[in-house]
Amino acid sequence: MSVVGLLFLLMGAMAVGSALLVVTTARLVHSALWLVVTLGALAGCYLLLGAEFVAWVQILIYVGAVVVLLLFALMLTRAPTGVQTGLTTGNRVVAAATAGVVGLVLVTVVVAGFGGARVSVDEESVGSATSMGDAIFRHWVLPFEVLSVLLLAALVGAIVLSRGRASSGEETP
Amino acid sequence: MIVQALGVRTVDDLSEFGTDPWWLSLIKAVLIFVFLLLLTLFNIWFERRVVARMQHRAGPNKNGPFGLLQSLADAMKLMLKEDIMVKAADRLLYVLAPVISVIMAFLAFAVIPFGPVVDVPFTDRQTPLQLTDLPVGVLFVIAVASVGIYGIVLGGWASGSTYSLLGGMRSTAQVISYEVAMSLALVAVFLYAGSLSTSEIVNAQQRLWYALILLPSFIIFWVSMVGETNRAPFDMPEAEGELVAGYFTEYSSMKFAMFFLAEYINMVTVSAVATTLFLGGWRAPWPLSLWDGANAGYWPVLWFLAKVMMFMFVFVWLRGTLPRVRYDQFMALGWKVLIPVALLWTVAVATIRAMTLDGGLDRRVLVGGALVAVLLFLLLSIVGERAPKEEPEAEEQPFDPFAGGYPVPPMPGQRLPRPEPAGVVPGGAQPDQEDDTARRSATEEGD
Amino acid sequence: MPLLFPLVVAALLFAIGVYGVLGRRNAVLVLMGVELMLNAVNLNLVAFDAYLRDVLHGGQVLTLYVIAVAAAEVGLGLAIVLVVFRGHGHIDADRMRDLADRDAVDDAIAAESAGESAAPSRSGVAGADPEPVAVTAAVES
Repeated sequence: MSVVGLLFLLMGAMAVGSALLVVTTARLVHSALWLVVTLGALAGCYLLLGAEFVAWVQILIYVGAVVVLLLFALMLTRAPTGVQTGLTTGNRVVAAATAGVVGLVLVTVVVAGFGGARVSVDEESVGSATSMGDAIFRHWVLPFEVLSVLLLAALVGAIVLSRGRASSGEETP
Repeated sequence: MIVQALGVRTVDDLSEFGTDPWWLSLIKAVLIFVFLLLLTLFNIWFERRVVARMQHRAGPNKNGPFGLLQSLADAMKLMLKEDIMVKAADRLLYVLAPVISVIMAFLAFAVIPFGPVVDVPFTDRQTPLQLTDLPVGVLFVIAVASVGIYGIVLGGWASGSTYSLLGGMRSTAQVISYEVAMSLALVAVFLYAGSLSTSEIVNAQQRLWYALILLPSFIIFWVSMVGETNRAPFDMPEAEGELVAGYFTEYSSMKFAMFFLAEYINMVTVSAVATTLFLGGWRAPWPLSLWDGANAGYWPVLWFLAKVMMFMFVFVWLRGTLPRVRYDQFMALGWKVLIPVALLWTVAVATIRAMTLDGGLDRRVLVGGALVAVLLFLLLSIVGERAPKEEPEAEEQPFDPFAGGYPVPPMPGQRLPRPEPAGVVPGGAQPDQEDDTARRSATEEGD
Repeated sequence: MPLLFPLVVAALLFAIGVYGVLGRRNAVLVLMGVELMLNAVNLNLVAFDAYLRDVLHGGQVLTLYVIAVAAAEVGLGLAIVLVVFRGHGHIDADRMRDLADRDAVDDAIAAESAGESAAPSRSGVAGADPEPVAVTAAVES
């Protein structure tokens, strides 16, 4: 097996393992930190697959902003240090069974569909900043613009949500 | 090219990197590490001395020449202190947080260029004075800085103390907000340099520093880098008047020292990034650049250091002169001033850049357009300016010193009632005592 | 490297994300499950980009877009979570029954007032919790 393949297996195992901890750990903040490990390992996977720019954006946006926001929300909603009980619902078993079935179906499908396929990464397929910029602003401009509208809507929505309560509270005491 | 003829070799493209043998990379990494440690020791002394001078004090001057060994002594003292583990702490994260902080602080320096390609002493090898470079080098620096937040937020949370938690959350909100403005300020540089790699950005500034042509970006970057490093006047996360010491309230000994180290290295890092992106990196400043050898050999390290120390001096200067701003003012500055201005400036730079690159428009048209835009803006700001809204005059209410059951100070416009002088028989008042009371109530109203 | 490596990792991550969304009670943890699922999709996109040797880099560009959408989603999701926390005093997804079927809630409240002795069904327990209503009332008054 190639070095890249081995490294990828390592990174993938790390991602899956820490993802399992994300959904099972009994400490709220640790859960967010395991998510960081998962996302970091995924960034490593992207690097191995030749998506250099995406990997750094993953670190910058996901690890640097999204999970920090999640941590922020956890702390604002009282996350004590220490183990917490009652973090999982009563239908945990059903959830696990559903997840198991989903995983089984997906794995079967990809094994059946792409059993012998191989990926090779070389100079041409590497997504550097230049090639990504080229692709985005030459071929994928319309989705980019749509995305900007979506982001604007999300921004407005977040502001309305976090401010709206104060004003409506005055109207209906 | 003249420079090339004189033997100055700059990094032509990124294939120069990654060719070093492992021992050379190791030496470079160790040198950067030692350099940062020594620079931190020096900077702590430097800051204390400069602040002392600004306050007409002497500063540390006993240990070693000019007191230079003071910070070394302090570090030794910190190491020998008791390492307190708080009972309510989340042990793993409590230990991990300062480590994350300090590692991320060191990591960003991997892509900062210290100089051009030089000869390695005792060998016939040539190598760039930079550990490595990436096609997305600046993105790497920003990403590492944003991961460094984890040290602060986890340290604040894991301490299990309210002050720490508040400090950590303040710091996180602050760094996230100012990162946006910071990255936006950098976009203009990327547009001009056409690259995200630090060495290529330095090369692109051969003729002109970006601080001159991209002055607004430079100023925005400068302001946001003070916010990003939690330094005065933006040091709310550790405001000692409100939060004891912020996120490191519960830390002691080496762990505290690590946070301290991380803060000072972060200052150096942002200074180095600012130098690299705006002040031409290691290139000699103007009068010196007339000397041909200024950009060759190991000299550029000196210019680089001088520029970084200039930024450090400004950091200290700010701390010595400006009072801490209020948190909401700080956030308003970030979100309502810096980010919109940075956005507008980015749009303007992109437009100008596209026009000059395509050659579609004359430069005169551009300048004319800019003038018209400025005039329009001024006109609008004059026309749009409304008279300041009159504050509704507060109704004169009699002062109730126990409003709501608690002793309260008078509101604006209310008068403090004259206290009855105790033990004074009405009618038989002694004149000097009454004077005294009157004076006291007058001062109280003045407060 | 076989294409199966990234695909299987992605499939497993997605399944774990499904469990996270279905099995966790804390709303922020549910959001984390969603993030896991999004990331599984991203890994697939990048893997197929490399496999198909896409000259337009469609997979990687789409990954960038998904990351941006995820950031927006988390921003909005957390705003909602904080509003819920302000109104209810908790962010327990199981106890958010404001929009539940009226009858079930009424039954549950009746059962509650009739006495704790009757062994309540699962939906009854979740719906009967009077705390959210009380807290909301307390906050709004």
